[in-house]
Amino acid sequence: MTAVDQTVPGGGRSRAAYDEGTRARLAADAARVVARYPDPRSALLPLLHLVQSEDGYVSPAGIAFCAATLDLSAAQVSAVATFYTQYKRRPNGEYTVGVCTNTLCAIMGGDAIWEELTDRLGVGHDETTADGRITLERIECNAACDYAPVLMINWEFFDNQTPDSAAEVVGRLIAGEPVAPTRGPAQVPTFREMSRVLAGFPDGRADEGVGAGGPTLRGLALARENGWTAPPFDGDPGGPAGGDASGEPASAAAGSTPAGSAPEPGGTQSSVDRPAAGAPERTADQERAEHRADDTSEPAGDPGTTETTKES
Amino acid sequence: MADATTLTPVLSDRWDAERSWTLRTYESRGGYRGLRNALAMDPADVVTAVKDSGLRGRGGAGFPTGMKWGFLPEPDGGPRYLVVNADESEPGTCKDVPLMMADPQVLVEGVAITSYAIGCHHAFIYVRGEVVHVYRRLLQAVEEAYAAGYLGRDVLGSGYDLDVTVHAGAGAYICGEETALLDSLEGRRGQPRLKPPFPAVAGLYARPTVVNNVESVASVPGILVGGADWFRRMGTDRSPGHGLFSLSGHVQRPGQYEAPLGITMRELLAMAGGVREGHELKFWTPGGSSTPIFTAEHLDVPLTYEEVGAAGSMLGTRALQVFDETVSVVKAVSRWTQFYEHESCGKCTPCREGTFWLAQVLARLEAGRGTAGDIDLLLDLCDNILGKAFCALGDGATSPITSAIQHFREEFEAGTHTPADVLFPPERSALFPYTPRRTGRPATLTGVHA
Repeated sequence: MTAVDQTVPGGGRSRAAYDEGTRARLAADAARVVARYPDPRSALLPLLHLVQSEDGYVSPAGIAFCAATLDLSAAQVSAVATFYTQYKRRPNGEYTVGVCTNTLCAIMGGDAIWEELTDRLGVGHDETTADGRITLERIECNAACDYAPVLMINWEFFDNQTPDSAAEVVGRLIAGEPVAPTRGPAQVPTFREMSRVLAGFPDGRADEGVGAGGPTLRGLALARENGWTAPPFDGDPGGPAGGDASGEPASAAAGSTPAGSAPEPGGTQSSVDRPAAGAPERTADQERAEHRADDTSEPAGDPGTTETTKES
Repeated sequence: MADATTLTPVLSDRWDAERSWTLRTYESRGGYRGLRNALAMDPADVVTAVKDSGLRGRGGAGFPTGMKWGFLPEPDGGPRYLVVNADESEPGTCKDVPLMMADPQVLVEGVAITSYAIGCHHAFIYVRGEVVHVYRRLLQAVEEAYAAGYLGRDVLGSGYDLDVTVHAGAGAYICGEETALLDSLEGRRGQPRLKPPFPAVAGLYARPTVVNNVESVASVPGILVGGADWFRRMGTDRSPGHGLFSLSGHVQRPGQYEAPLGITMRELLAMAGGVREGHELKFWTPGGSSTPIFTAEHLDVPLTYEEVGAAGSMLGTRALQVFDETVSVVKAVSRWTQFYEHESCGKCTPCREGTFWLAQVLARLEAGRGTAGDIDLLLDLCDNILGKAFCALGDGATSPITSAIQHFREEFEAGTHTPADVLFPPERSALFPYTPRRTGRPATLTGVHA
């Protein structure tokens, strides 16, 4: 499944390609990524992160590599790469500096931080400084609202920022000095190093940094202060409910399929605009034909029930 | 406990421990007792225990978790999957990310128990790509759990096999919608699928799949240790248990407060030291930007699924964003709408086109250049999106707008003649002193005044 050749699916146009040494190295990494999933195509997002760890963006060579690895067309890979904001279509700076300007952070001061940084760096949203050091972004909510206003540098948390603190840390990046996030590793990795982590290759920094910042612990600290606790577990507060922690688990026979068995495409369509996923034998040519056919098909219409909200 | 006046740390109880994220710490605090209990039970009894607890989805929808598990069809010999939705991105929502950073093992244990209960042998944790340190901690937690025999072949000698893959996304709010998440996990653009079929029938790789939120899954080990009755000793009859309440914005002590469902915003605000000194509450969200805003008149609404719903909003993710009187509601809503415009996946017309129209109309109201018909236009646009979009993103985009017009119509009317930044100077809202360099007016305007 990871056999890679130099032909580029999807047309006769010549494209950039990796030299043999790079290709072989990436292919070995890619094989490890693909092995994590029952269906190779699931590896596409991590492989795009892997390509960014090599080139600093999703390069033409990287697209061709992903396509060849997963037996997709370059167009199919590009369609995915352009959907997600973390995949960059131009060479990214060594550090992505993201200012949260979603409503809450913006109002708490994120807009002021943005003004400070865009003026100081002389670049706008998704633009990179001339020295290739910093790509500035206005980012959406990054799930740290209790630390507002928040700055993310290569997607590490810089909490409770001000224009001055943000300017200071960015100044150190420009000067080539290491910077440490509020909650995260001892040093912010480069964009390429970070991208390799996102491809699923740990950098050994998981034990660095705090477990929780102040706001995360506010409620717990208040509970400790006041002696508030959840109800004790039934029976023995120190032990498991009605049982022995070392009790022998019953033989589990929940299912007869071994782990990691390949999924079979179901008989039911899982999506209106494409066939059921997961047919590993489907070739790029077949996919292309299906996509052409899909172009003329319309979704079946109003689902009628849109009760579910995000993250059900 | 039902009086809902004190905090009940269950998930957050280990967060202040030394190296809280390690397996050693987790085990020393009673970790993996729930899994041992579960493995000694019939899987169907594990499902029943979670059903009996009344645990409802903590990702926003509030669907009963055990019932969701029970929707899987009878085993047919093929694979079944658990996918954990760790794509926390709803504006204001900030509970799962700190949980996974401080205590990833409780999620891994929850994954193991849930997988066992539903007959899954390969589970996935889909975490958003913009929280690298959380991803590191999850990867390590899974690795530690494998090494200790909690995952992998023959889990704890039970004969049960389970693999877990932690998968990083790449920046797309829509992937928090469960079917979009599944498409993304399959290596595609993250666009929602038509339902039915629901993921329980045809989910990941078109196989039966359970998609659960992080906090839902992390709540399972406690239920397996304490029992359904223990869980029900917190919260209300229809909204039982503990939940993380995330206070942010103009409060003295923003942060995570784990309490029984049914606690009120008035109680939580008091715990957080009240609104920013010298200021008063103007509006707040009960569950993120997609839930209709509340005002001071809603401070005593018990924060349960049904009572928040009856009061005209949704409990959502308990993302309590607080805004004081210095904040322009038009500006706040305009910014949220830009978010939905940016994150609309483009699959369906009402959302793709509607969010762009909404953003443009709100931009001119924010700039003080709205027209007399703009409020009606906004409401008409919302009417054409709500219930007509493919997924809940479109519905969510309308919530802040219609609720803000309902509560603060006069501010939208003022948008026909005065910029929001003039009525509400932004420096008064910031947490530090500064002088704005620009008016914040959008670079391009459309409409009659452009």
